[in-house]
Amino acid sequence: MGIPETIPAPSGSQKKLSLICFSGDFDKLTATFTLATGAAAVGYEVNIFFTFWGLDAIKVKQGHAFVGKGFLGKLFGFMMGGLRNAPVSRLNFLGISPKIFRYLMRKKNVATLEELVEAAKELQVNLYACEMAMHILGLQKSDFVHEVKDVLGVATFLELSEGGRTLFI
Amino acid sequence: MATYQLDITREHCPMTFVKTKIQLSKLNSGDLLEVFLTEGEPLTNVPKSSTEQGYTVLEVSHVKDNIHKVLIQK
Repeated sequence: MGIPETIPAPSGSQKKLSLICFSGDFDKLTATFTLATGAAAVGYEVNIFFTFWGLDAIKVKQGHAFVGKGFLGKLFGFMMGGLRNAPVSRLNFLGISPKIFRYLMRKKNVATLEELVEAAKELQVNLYACEMAMHILGLQKSDFVHEVKDVLGVATFLELSEGGRTLFI
Repeated sequence: MATYQLDITREHCPMTFVKTKIQLSKLNSGDLLEVFLTEGEPLTNVPKSSTEQGYTVLEVSHVKDNIHKVLIQK
């Protein structure tokens, strides 16, 4: 059986895409925000549920910062390093590769990760933070950008994503 | 009613759609947007997604080489 040329959209008034952003890697975050902004721009309702390493992408402080509660929380917050220091998932070369990628993206006129994040906010992509991962890392809603709509658990995310497509990145 | 222009000939996915959508959202009802874009994905999908979102595609015309113009009314 071959792959169909087009996948039928789920029924409902508005098409919907929900992304579970687990990874804090530069390349995977780029994939998340490329899908999110592209889908929002062609009329989809888009939800992104940030959990574990993905939470790093929506912090107010985008560099190395002692964000979080408690010694270990702050230490993890500092080591994760925010969006600005996101490593690539392969061939990171001690953080040199993301800099090369950013250079290539600018040179080839492809949107950088930061531009995609700003576009997602402008297109009113719904950003949600995972309550459980926040609890582990000692993070609060105020540690995130104000565009984060809410702090959710699994049950609410499942309700939000019902009737659409869901991807785990 | 005003006419605006948007050149996305040097943009790549997803910014072709993103810039069109953001520009359209800023217009008043009845305003026109001339989008200059290239063949392939932008030419196929910018008119299609605009129509799907309730905008009116008035004209698609060839400008030069692989550049086309899509006239959209909000």
